[in-house]
Amino acid sequence: MPALDPLRLTARVAKRLLVDGEISSAELTKVYLDQIAAVEGHVRAYIRVTYDNAAKYSTKVDREMQAMRGPLAGLPIAIKDNMVTEGVTTTCASRILHDYMPVYTATAVRQVWDDHVVMLGKTNLDEFAMGSSTENSSYQTTRNPWDLATVPGGSSGGSAAAVAAGEALWALGSDTGGSIRQPAALCGTVGMKPTYGAVSRYGLVAFASSLDQIGPLTRSVYDCALLLQHIVGYDPNDATSVALPEPVALPDAERLDGLRVGIPAEYLAVGIEPGVRARFDETIARVEELGGNCVEISLPHTEYALPAYYIIAPAEASANLARFDGVRYGYRCADPVDLLDMYERTRGEGFGPEVKRRIVIGTYALSAGYYDAYYGRAQKVRTLVRRDFERAFADVDLIASPTSPSVAFKAGSRTADPLSMYMCDICTIPVNLAGLPAISIPCGLSDGLPVGFQLIGPAFSENRILQAAHALEGAIGFAPAPTFCDSGADAACLGAHAGTEAQE
Amino acid sequence: MIGEDDVRYVAKLARLRLDPDEVARMAAELAKILAHIGKMSELDMTGVPPTAHVLDVVNVTRPDKPRPSLSRADALRNAPAVSDDCFRVPRMG
Amino acid sequence: MSAWEPVIGLEMHVELDTRTKMFCACEVTKGDEPNLHTCPKCLAHPGALPVVNERAVEYAARIALALNCSVQPRNIFHRKNYFYPDLPKAYQISQYDEPLAVDGWFEYWVDDEKLGCRINRVHMEEDAAKLVHAGGDAGRIAGSDFSMVDFNRGGTPLIEIVSEPDIPSPEAAREFLQQLRNLVIELGVSECNMEEGQIRWDANISVRPEGSAELGTRTELKNMNSFRYLQQALEAEIPRQVEIIEAGGRIDLETLHFDPDTGSTTPLRSKEEAHDYRYFPEPDLVPLVIDPDWVEGLRATQPELPAARAERFMSQYSLSRADALVLGSSHALAAFYEEVVALGAGAKPVANWTMGEYLAHLNAAGLEAGHGHVTAERLAKLVKLVEDGTVSTSSGKDVFARMIAERAEPEEIVERHGLGQISDMSKLKAAVARVVADNPAQVEQYRGGKQQVLGFFVGQIMKATGGRANPQLVNELLRKALDG
Repeated sequence: MPALDPLRLTARVAKRLLVDGEISSAELTKVYLDQIAAVEGHVRAYIRVTYDNAAKYSTKVDREMQAMRGPLAGLPIAIKDNMVTEGVTTTCASRILHDYMPVYTATAVRQVWDDHVVMLGKTNLDEFAMGSSTENSSYQTTRNPWDLATVPGGSSGGSAAAVAAGEALWALGSDTGGSIRQPAALCGTVGMKPTYGAVSRYGLVAFASSLDQIGPLTRSVYDCALLLQHIVGYDPNDATSVALPEPVALPDAERLDGLRVGIPAEYLAVGIEPGVRARFDETIARVEELGGNCVEISLPHTEYALPAYYIIAPAEASANLARFDGVRYGYRCADPVDLLDMYERTRGEGFGPEVKRRIVIGTYALSAGYYDAYYGRAQKVRTLVRRDFERAFADVDLIASPTSPSVAFKAGSRTADPLSMYMCDICTIPVNLAGLPAISIPCGLSDGLPVGFQLIGPAFSENRILQAAHALEGAIGFAPAPTFCDSGADAACLGAHAGTEAQE
Repeated sequence: MIGEDDVRYVAKLARLRLDPDEVARMAAELAKILAHIGKMSELDMTGVPPTAHVLDVVNVTRPDKPRPSLSRADALRNAPAVSDDCFRVPRMG
Repeated sequence: MSAWEPVIGLEMHVELDTRTKMFCACEVTKGDEPNLHTCPKCLAHPGALPVVNERAVEYAARIALALNCSVQPRNIFHRKNYFYPDLPKAYQISQYDEPLAVDGWFEYWVDDEKLGCRINRVHMEEDAAKLVHAGGDAGRIAGSDFSMVDFNRGGTPLIEIVSEPDIPSPEAAREFLQQLRNLVIELGVSECNMEEGQIRWDANISVRPEGSAELGTRTELKNMNSFRYLQQALEAEIPRQVEIIEAGGRIDLETLHFDPDTGSTTPLRSKEEAHDYRYFPEPDLVPLVIDPDWVEGLRATQPELPAARAERFMSQYSLSRADALVLGSSHALAAFYEEVVALGAGAKPVANWTMGEYLAHLNAAGLEAGHGHVTAERLAKLVKLVEDGTVSTSSGKDVFARMIAERAEPEEIVERHGLGQISDMSKLKAAVARVVADNPAQVEQYRGGKQQVLGFFVGQIMKATGGRANPQLVNELLRKALDG
């Protein structure tokens, strides 16, 4: 068996090694379980590691290689813990779903299970995916393996950190306002939000139904395409899912000749950190070097996207989270005196502060007398945001921006001010409002922390985005390898090769 | 502008027990957030249709064909309280 | 005292007889053990999503068309948010400002008067689960120790029909509801079984000075689970409102509960913020865009509806409106009637037999028209036996009863029990002679001018012949014997 570095190994390579018989799925899986054993105590990316399942299932894949052959067979994966998995608890990082045992499996997870991937576990997130730092988890705070004093971003911070820390080969996350792309950027991984409807939401615990989308977090653009291939498609259980007009292709582009890339002035006007701006400008220069043409464009309603998002998402969430009422599953408060008491205490005790905040704001926005001023208006802003993109895509093929205005920030530094936390998603939220596909790829470091570069395309332009991202990725040559330092403590770094050291 | 009474009213609608500190804190936070959201009112949106859905898809239905239901054991598996094969809830009166 | 007139509107809910639920593929069943027909969707497990049942849309559209509504080219679902244990998502998927169909009308009859009522809307939604209250006063919320939820029914397709306030009296409201129920049953989209709660209704009522065009403040009435209770509740509510207004008071817009035991209406303890449902478009479902050709296809395949059938019966069989409405009320009864007539029996006598003996028999035996031992053939034979004088009308009723008990053909029964009418002159003459001879006193009276005594003699003869004597011949012979 060749020496495998979980911090660098891609699914593309792992798959070839499996197919060539150089490693077994059990050996590959053990690489990740060992890395989990080595660093999980610091990173805390997983809510639950399914050790037994991973060991048993990978062995089964090895044993039944003939029957269980498939493009993803034997490759280990981590799943964000807001996708239901039959037989494995699903918590959404919420006390209200403590010990909840799903009776069915999310379609996207079912699809990769049917392809015989090996599930390593369920990753941490902001409670019900509400947050941008994974600090809103009721169970634990995940740390960024690039600096354990900083956050991994969120809400898919567990998935992003697991991939970055070599605790997973790749992972599934979900993105409502940037929840895949922003943590991918902060952790130095690739993350993609597909076009709304491209991946079934069935079994994804709903946060904001009209914005939520499942997508991959991976170590390369190629891996991203490979995983995306296996989770897209129309699902009869999701009336808002659609078949892609063309299948997802594995990218091979090295050039961007003739590609017109728009740079929205409004995205660069929002207090982008200088280091982030520098990496972004360098990446834009690379686009040009590869034959692309970059032009400044305008998305004039950008500043209204955040307010609209912070009405639409909480409004939908207030209804989506109403089902957590202590009647059929999940947490129920102790000794309720009557039904009302049961409802109010179950939900008051079961939800964390950010979730309550959003339920209150969403309920307020929908309540009598306020609908037109808030929800109705937000839906109209949504139309204007969509039109901005439609107009822009008449002139350009893709739009580029920093994924996040900042690199990973110190844990606890923004929790006191919800609005400053919301600002993390200023470059990603408009994309969800318009239902568009977008990817974040690492484009270098700023102060030793990764910077993400976002490419946005028109609806169903996944292949165009993946090709461009693949070409850029090659040109940037960023090789992610976090150091596991902790800038907030004197403790020595775990070292960039913590994973390899943990191996036999 | 949102006040503590609004927070209490909305928390009641949403069946959320908030203690007095939470009500006060939330009223202050929400006031700030809503002030930010108030930015939307700068826009003249005469004639702008609302977007409920980005998808250009209609008429997604399914045939009226039964599929197996959950076993009762699975249906009740996660129930906090069960009586006579039903989900049990505290008195409603 | 000035005269007051009521203005009544009805809101009805009908469960559709689809095979599966509105938004999931669980079977719709009746009377099954609790919680056997649930899934992640109808239990509102995290992550589960609704998908619309296409047959429910068709059935709803059929109701809308039968009520002359315009099926909207585009309609969408909304979420109606409120917490209740029988509502697993804590919102009901319903329709709000873009419903399936609007602006219809419904014609119904009260005695011989045809009334029209505008239909505001017909929309689709899902039914709640079943709640059972345990402990305390059996079955009631108040005083119960706890409650239990059975989700078998939860998510059954439900149609809401809302009328405009065009109904002029409690009696008319009852007729409206009965005839609307018949119509829905005829469409084959719901059995509207009342015990199962497949059709339920609330009423709203206001009063105004007779002839006024303005509407007063209305109250909403609930808990009227029979046609009779609906009428009673409305009849109780009118004087209550009139009394308040005449005393200078104001009617409160409130919901009242009808108590069948006292026959009165009392205000329901008002639920807090009951009306802040926070409707918003259901993001998990996409719009329904209705193809006009599809609507025309439905229209072309609608079954004959009771009102149209009654009109046809009046012209085709020369029936009175009242008879035509009864016989035309259900497909089964109408089909039975037409089959008996087609076998050669007279339309009018068949109508009388069908509405009289036959309906009584169906009710007593709990049968649906067309079932049981009284087949169309047998009833046709019986009616013909009466028509041609083989049996008297009174014997005919005896034959009818024996058809049920003995499961035999009418002519066999007549034969077996000697029920044929006696028209044999020699037998009748002998009977007359005997009666005249046995009752000299009455003969004296008759001949003295007391013509009524004739009835006494007829009665004696009927008694002697077991009711089988041909009454016309008996009359003739008696007069001859007494006058002669």
